[in-house]
Amino acid sequence: MTVVEDNLKGRPEAAPDATAIELTGISKSFGPVQANKDISMKVQRGTIHGIVGENGAGKSTLMSILYGFYKADKGEIRIGGTPTQINNSDDAIRAGIGMVHQHFMLVQPFTVLENVVLGAEDGAMLKPSLAKARTLLTELAREYELEVDPDAVVGDLAVGFQQRVEILKALYRKADILILDEPTGVLTPAEADHLFRILEGLKREGKTIILITHKLREIMAITDTVSVMRQGEMTATVKTADTSPTELAELMVGRKVLLRIEKSPPNIGETLMEIRGLRVRDPDGVERLKGIDLDLKAGEILGVAGVAGNGQSALLEVLGGITAASGGTVTMNGRALDLSAQADAGERRDHGIAHVPEDRHRLGLIMPYSAWENACFGYHDRAEYSSPKGFLRRTFMRDDAREKIEKYDVRPANCDLKASNFSGGNQQKIVIAREIESNPDILLIGQPTRGVDIGAIEFIHNQIVALRDKGKAVLLVSVELEEILALSDRIVVMFDGAISGERLPQDTDENELGLLMAGIDPKEGPQ
Amino acid sequence: MDLAELFQLFDSTMRNATPLLLACLAGLFSERAGIFDIGLEGKMLAAAFASAGVAAWAAAPYVADPFPGQISGLGLGWTAAWLGVMAGIAASMAMALLHGFASITLRGNQLISGVAINFLAAGVTVLVGEALFSMGGQTPQLTGGARFIGLTLPLADTIGAIPVIGPFYRDVLSGQVILVYIALLMVPLTAWILFSTRFGLRLRAVGENPGAVDTAGISVTRQRYAAVLICGVLCGLAGAYLSMGTSAAGFVKDMTAGRGFIALAALIFAKWKPYPALWACLLFGLLEAIGSKYQNVDVGAFVIPVQFMQALPYILTVVILAGFIGKATPPKAGGQPYVKER
Repeated sequence: MTVVEDNLKGRPEAAPDATAIELTGISKSFGPVQANKDISMKVQRGTIHGIVGENGAGKSTLMSILYGFYKADKGEIRIGGTPTQINNSDDAIRAGIGMVHQHFMLVQPFTVLENVVLGAEDGAMLKPSLAKARTLLTELAREYELEVDPDAVVGDLAVGFQQRVEILKALYRKADILILDEPTGVLTPAEADHLFRILEGLKREGKTIILITHKLREIMAITDTVSVMRQGEMTATVKTADTSPTELAELMVGRKVLLRIEKSPPNIGETLMEIRGLRVRDPDGVERLKGIDLDLKAGEILGVAGVAGNGQSALLEVLGGITAASGGTVTMNGRALDLSAQADAGERRDHGIAHVPEDRHRLGLIMPYSAWENACFGYHDRAEYSSPKGFLRRTFMRDDAREKIEKYDVRPANCDLKASNFSGGNQQKIVIAREIESNPDILLIGQPTRGVDIGAIEFIHNQIVALRDKGKAVLLVSVELEEILALSDRIVVMFDGAISGERLPQDTDENELGLLMAGIDPKEGPQ
Repeated sequence: MDLAELFQLFDSTMRNATPLLLACLAGLFSERAGIFDIGLEGKMLAAAFASAGVAAWAAAPYVADPFPGQISGLGLGWTAAWLGVMAGIAASMAMALLHGFASITLRGNQLISGVAINFLAAGVTVLVGEALFSMGGQTPQLTGGARFIGLTLPLADTIGAIPVIGPFYRDVLSGQVILVYIALLMVPLTAWILFSTRFGLRLRAVGENPGAVDTAGISVTRQRYAAVLICGVLCGLAGAYLSMGTSAAGFVKDMTAGRGFIALAALIFAKWKPYPALWACLLFGLLEAIGSKYQNVDVGAFVIPVQFMQALPYILTVVILAGFIGKATPPKAGGQPYVKER
């Protein structure tokens, strides 16, 4: 047997047991948050097994446990029937597990060969390892359509090719089980199709593939079995052939009791904001928004539904002045907004647009700063907060913060505490108080109740409705369908950077929205 | 300027460039692995002191009943110098370990740790020197076996008869102390380690994307400690050369005189590459040589003062660090402690 064949097929014949991976009772907590609750899962050898779930459902944590990044608090991992301790990545590689991370683990200035060989060298000298890798790469390229120039510098390659390098890395280490974390997030449709052909090829060779995604269409197209995760639990494992996108969407989102929101019929006024052909390209060159047309009217809550990562965040950030647009126009009260990179969030505030960002830790608050400081950030240079000479009116700022804290029932009611000392819900209330009390014409609000406890959810919802009743416009982005259905006066669904449908809440239900979220318009039939 | 004068200038260029080159390569190993090191200066200083001190002691004759202030040593011959070098390397490595512990294990700020090491070395050398030798922080003058002397390369006189090339060989290349040749050999050695060995591949990877190294099942911590320790060894050699291989022949307070920082500037100028590092250090060495040879340059209209000439290497440092010379991209993960995340 040549070196090459040895690498490709050298792993001893599999035990008759057809189970590649078996997880039993895996639990993992980060502080008070339980990311994985008593998860059990079986993956058959030579199959493609999908894991779906919303952001934060615990998919990535589970896979990180399998790849040795985290250690489970409880539970057992069996690989090919043998109980296996996986304490670090090295153990995982030894157990035949390869992982393609969502953010590639590649050394940009290295060549493809150097990246493949890194950590799997044969000896102290590089030359023999590189020569061997070169031969093997040629073999793998032929067998699995994984062509990539071995001497190319990885940083110069397109993302699709970089991903192939990651797969090659795993195969070079003789991986039998390949985990792919959101592999198509950065790919163009053509690149994604190519990836699926590669995965089919790997499956034919008897490799086991775990595909983590939130795109239901990919699950339907390529997997044999699918497991659904919700809030840290594995809610179902079904054969893909026996299920439908509708059912999966239901399982993903869950059927909880709708929260009751006291809401009078909307009193819709004139159009406040007109969005035309809005496009956004991210630094990787991927188009996040592909021409959005949207009108936002006074006195309405416009809900934007969609599975996370389909362009809703890009929409919020470009409207909020955080990222620049690559095309299109946005006019507000007849005036065009500056969508270039020169514009910033302060400029948007001057237009009367307030923004409660999706990620309050990254964009909404400065965690080590006190609540009173956080309660006016972004507005601190306005006349009421600072003198013309640039000194802060600290007494007023603190009084103002105390007022907001009381009005929005922030607990504990102490404006000197650091933002990080409040719970998620109370942090969110500080951000919402700051933005709503600035009396904006338009409120952009993303995931208003993510990580917020039940009591605070209701309060936040009522504040949003109160703002709309004052004749303001609210653009609500949420991955929680119930929230969208309960709050919105009008709903648009986003899929893959475009609007896949518009509905009125009273004329639709979660099932229909779920299909639209998967890019399937039930009125037009499957695409 | 005749040829002899030019070669004299080159000769002192070589001697000036040696400590810079050793320190620069030291920094190269550390920074390529993602650990910024502004403590090169301190490590060199500590090494200069430790090697001069130990060499002086080792070379001093044994006295059964020394009067106060007299040193009773080992009375060694030429081995005293090598014992000094070992001591210098040990002192520098101890400092390097301290920097590694602060910046790798404790994930502290690498710049602050580097500054602390510079201050620590400046203080400790004088304190210990005064306690041991009572000479105001200096070490005794090194003589005989305690210091390095120039080596005459083979056939220096025969080849020296050849026009131009001959005198260059005889007057510039030949006659340097052994540490100069070690420094020059370090350049191809560094390049070979970095680009032809498994160790070098991992070292470079850990400075660019430690996550890639970690997910490949290799310890980031171990790799970075190895780099920091190599940095310590090379800084040790640089320090030993300063106190034992130059005309100073002994340790003087703050004798590194900013060479650690000039070495850093050379490293940036060389874009973290070994051979360019050699040329960069030679350039700095040349400027230093010009500055000390031509004290007051009369350009006709006015006289360029000696202070300006001596400031030349420092001026070039400022120019380089201000980024006037091309764009230098440092290793991507440089300066950041590695924290494992998903």
